[in-house]
Order: sequence, then structure tokens, then C-alpha cells
Amino acid sequence: MDPPLTSKRRSLAEAIREQVHDGDAVALGLALESGIPFAAVHEIIRQRRKDLTLIGPISDMAFDQLIAAGTVAKVIAAWVGNVAGGSGYGFRRAYEQGQPRRIVMEDHSNFTVGLALKAAAMGLPFLPTFTGIGGDIVRGHPRIRPIEDPFGGAGLLAVGALKPDVAIVHVQRTDASGNAHLWGNLGLTVEAAYAARRTIVVCEEIVPDDVIRSDPNRTMIPGFLVTAVVEEPGGALPSSVQGYWRRDFETFLRYHQLSKTAPGYQSWLKEWVLDLPDRPAYLRHMGDAAVQRLRVSDRRLAAAANFAP
Amino acid sequence: MIASYTRKELMVVAAAREIRDGEVVFVGMRLPLLGFGLAKATHAPTAVGLFENGVIRDRPAEAFIYTMGDPPNIVGAIACLGLNDVMSLLQQGRVDVGFIGGAEIDPYGNLNTTRTSGSGSMVRLPGSGGGGDIASLAGRTVLIMEHEPRRFRERVDYITSPGHFPGRRQGGPATLITTLGVFDLSRGQVRAVSLHPGVTPAQVREATGFAIAVDDSVPATTPPSTDELAYIRHADPEGFWTRERREGE
Repeated sequence: MDPPLTSKRRSLAEAIREQVHDGDAVALGLALESGIPFAAVHEIIRQRRKDLTLIGPISDMAFDQLIAAGTVAKVIAAWVGNVAGGSGYGFRRAYEQGQPRRIVMEDHSNFTVGLALKAAAMGLPFLPTFTGIGGDIVRGHPRIRPIEDPFGGAGLLAVGALKPDVAIVHVQRTDASGNAHLWGNLGLTVEAAYAARRTIVVCEEIVPDDVIRSDPNRTMIPGFLVTAVVEEPGGALPSSVQGYWRRDFETFLRYHQLSKTAPGYQSWLKEWVLDLPDRPAYLRHMGDAAVQRLRVSDRRLAAAANFAP
Repeated sequence: MIASYTRKELMVVAAAREIRDGEVVFVGMRLPLLGFGLAKATHAPTAVGLFENGVIRDRPAEAFIYTMGDPPNIVGAIACLGLNDVMSLLQQGRVDVGFIGGAEIDPYGNLNTTRTSGSGSMVRLPGSGGGGDIASLAGRTVLIMEHEPRRFRERVDYITSPGHFPGRRQGGPATLITTLGVFDLSRGQVRAVSLHPGVTPAQVREATGFAIAVDDSVPATTPPSTDELAYIRHADPEGFWTRERREGE
């Protein structure tokens, strides 16, 4: 029997319509190469959002797709490209030639993006760090300024807080209230969910809340921070989800080749985003053999932890 | 008999040899993913690897990985934390050696992976990723580069990952591994330590856009052993990271 539909459960299209607005600062791709919410990325493109600010550490292909679709005005990130192939050609066309529109880039290192989100997550105006000293990223940076150590130590840098309007994260399972179990590498998922004004949790499966309560240390995002819960199995493909999906490497490589030219990108966009209504249609378009090849069917279960009082 | 090997395989071996047993390693993207596994499987069995996505592991990945986030790099890890956790360990001085790649380098080991006008028109590169952090905060860094004149420049257009500079608090570039050889950077200048078999000093000078210390007495890079090659071919069975690529591939 399906768990009851509560007030937070939404289809992906509903969640994007309600929570991601033109001009919003959207954090996604926070776990780095895994758990990238590509289904949400494609839905944002289908709903023709514009003037978004994208926030993330690295962004494996997702930012490139959003930028090339013309949805983005500004990027706050440490790295924008395609980990398999290097360059993000959509990003390059926008940055170098203003095609399909000009974008503003706020360059960071991974740690300064992390500290900016962490500061917001902690309710602080900034966090100090030694990273970046001697390099050009921090020179004249709008969010990074030199400060003195009030305790008399060496000078350091203050990284200003960064508060996304909305964070979109992909997790393995959540209950209907959005209490989210996530395992594997976390990247900046937790900081972003804590910092953001709204958080959309996309999950492989919605489970009864006693599953979540059986292992509270695995709850990375408490549900009261979550504004929408979306069950979308395979919603992170072609990125991996530990225990559910392998990385679909070929798709990253194929996009890298296709997106070298604007018409190539447009053909990808039409076939894989605009001509498909939703993620189930995307999975059908991949074909059953491809989906089965990527689906994890083995089990490597964690040992049980006894929480008996 | 020395088995045949590719230039990339030799670079992986050179990277692995930079890791000493017992060290804490900040493992970067691409070749170092393989180099860390090779070091673990051969001369550095007790090394510990930190990955910027939050993974800490003390065994090579269980199967081939394209990225540090691939499932075989998570299973069997000793911890899966967040980016700020491993970056904090780096900042605290708990990392002995970190690996970084670059598109351009200058004689001080400054790396540019942000933007360049070196070829005339401006080209936007992907950016720092964790490179700037590793360069700033690791005990020492090992840089990995394609050795081409347009990449070895007197001045880089943008310093993404700082090299040696006055007032540096800790660390700095120690070794540069290129497609032509292995170079020492620890004293703030580029000095050849070994050239890959078949590479001449003239070739290196020609491929370097600034003055570089390399003379005829520089030895050849020790080729991969059969054990090292066996590990690489087991961990990268299709040669994704290590086969020679055709132009444009």
C-alpha cells in the first residue's frame, strides 16, 4: 500500500512550479558527481525558468545544460564542466560569446562555496579561512574579503554567507514529511539544505517513517527544513545513486560530444528534454536494456545498529 | 624484459611514487584516482586517501571508476562525510600530499584552470574545483600537466591554484609530472629530476615556454615494474585513463 499523500508530496513538475521562480538562486549538484537531480534540471528547462542564479561546488554537466538552455543569469561555483570530458561547451558559449545569453560568473574554490553555504547554515554572516591566499580567485571577490585574526594570528579571508532561495537534492529515501536518509558521499548537501529558504527533496523511494526512525544517524536532512517531497526513481540519472543506480558514463560522454556546437546542443535538448513530458518518459526513451544495465540489483547491506534504550 | 607501456601509464606510476607509505593523501580527479590505488597496492599500503566529495578510504576502489563519486569508490570506504569535513582536515594541516592538474603553469608552480587568452581569443576553462584549496592547504602538492609550450608560460593569465609566493603559510608545489618528465618545484624553480625514456633535454626546453633547468645528465624516469603495470591494467582494464589517445578524442 502506498504511504498516505501528505501536504508536502508533489510531482516533480508541481514542485518546480511552486518552488523555483524566475530570478531564484538555486543550489543543486551538491554531492558533486553523484546524486545530481537531473530530472529537476530538465523540468526547470521545460518550464522555461529564466534569470536563475546557480549555486554548487562542481557541477557535472547539469549547470552546462541549464546555461545552454538560457535559464541562467549568474553562476556561483568552483567548477563548471563535464567531469568525463572536461569543458562545458554550453558554459563556454555563454561566458565567451554571450550565447544564448550573457552570464555572470562568481568564481570560487570548492571550499569557499562550502564555507559560504556553511556560514548561512550556521546563521553567521561569514566564516574565516586560509584557502585561496596568494591566488586570483579571492582578489577583488564580491563575497571574500581579507580580515585580521582578532586573537592576533595570521591574516585570513572571510567568506560571506550564501543563502540559496531553493536547494534541490536527490536522496535514497525519505518519509512523507521529508526526513531524508542519504548515504555515500555528502559533498555540500547538508549545508545547502540547512542554508536554503526552501528545499526540494527528490528521492528514490518514500518509505514509512518508522524506517527513518530506525536509523536517525542516517537522516541528513530533518523534514521540517523540507518544503517539497518528490518520489522520482531514477531522477538523478545519468549520475549515480549509491545502492540504486550506477553512473551512466556514456551519456556524459555523448552529451560532451553533441554539445560542442549550439545546434548539437539543441538536438540533445529536443530529444531528451523538450520532447519528453517527464522522467518516466525519459527512462522509457533510454530503453529497458539501458535502464536495467544501470540499476543496482546487488546487496551490500550495512550492519544493523542497535538503538534499544 | 621491460613490458611496453603508455606515456599515461608512466605518469600514473610517477604519481603513485610521490605517495609515501603512511601518508594522508588528498586525491584529485582523473590520473590520481588511479595513482592512489596503485600506491596503496604496491609501496604505500597504509596511506589514507581523502576525496573532496567527503569520502575517506584506505583501500583502492573495488572496480574501475570514472569519478570519485562512482559507487565502487564509496563501498568499502572508511567514512563518507561532507566536503567541508575533508577540506577542514586539509586546512588543519592533516594532509601530507595533494594532487592537482592544470591547463597552464608558470615557473613558480602557479596553475591556471579558470580562463586564458594564450591562444588569442579568450577561452573559459572549468575553474578551480578543489584545486585552489589543495594548492593552498596541502603539506605539499604534486602537479600533473600536458607538457606543451602554450601551457608552460612565463606568466599565467589567472592564478587559480597558487604556487610559491612570498609569505606562503604552508605547503606549495613539490613535484611536477608531465607527459615528458618529472620535475622538482620545491625550490621555486622548475628543475628536471628525470625525463621519460626517449625524451631529450632539447625536447623539454622546446616544450617549455620559460627557462627550465634540464641538462644531459638528467636520468630517465624508471619505467613501470610488471607489478605496477599489472595493477594499472586491472584497475583500468579498457585503458580509459591510460591508453594513448588520438587527436581530438
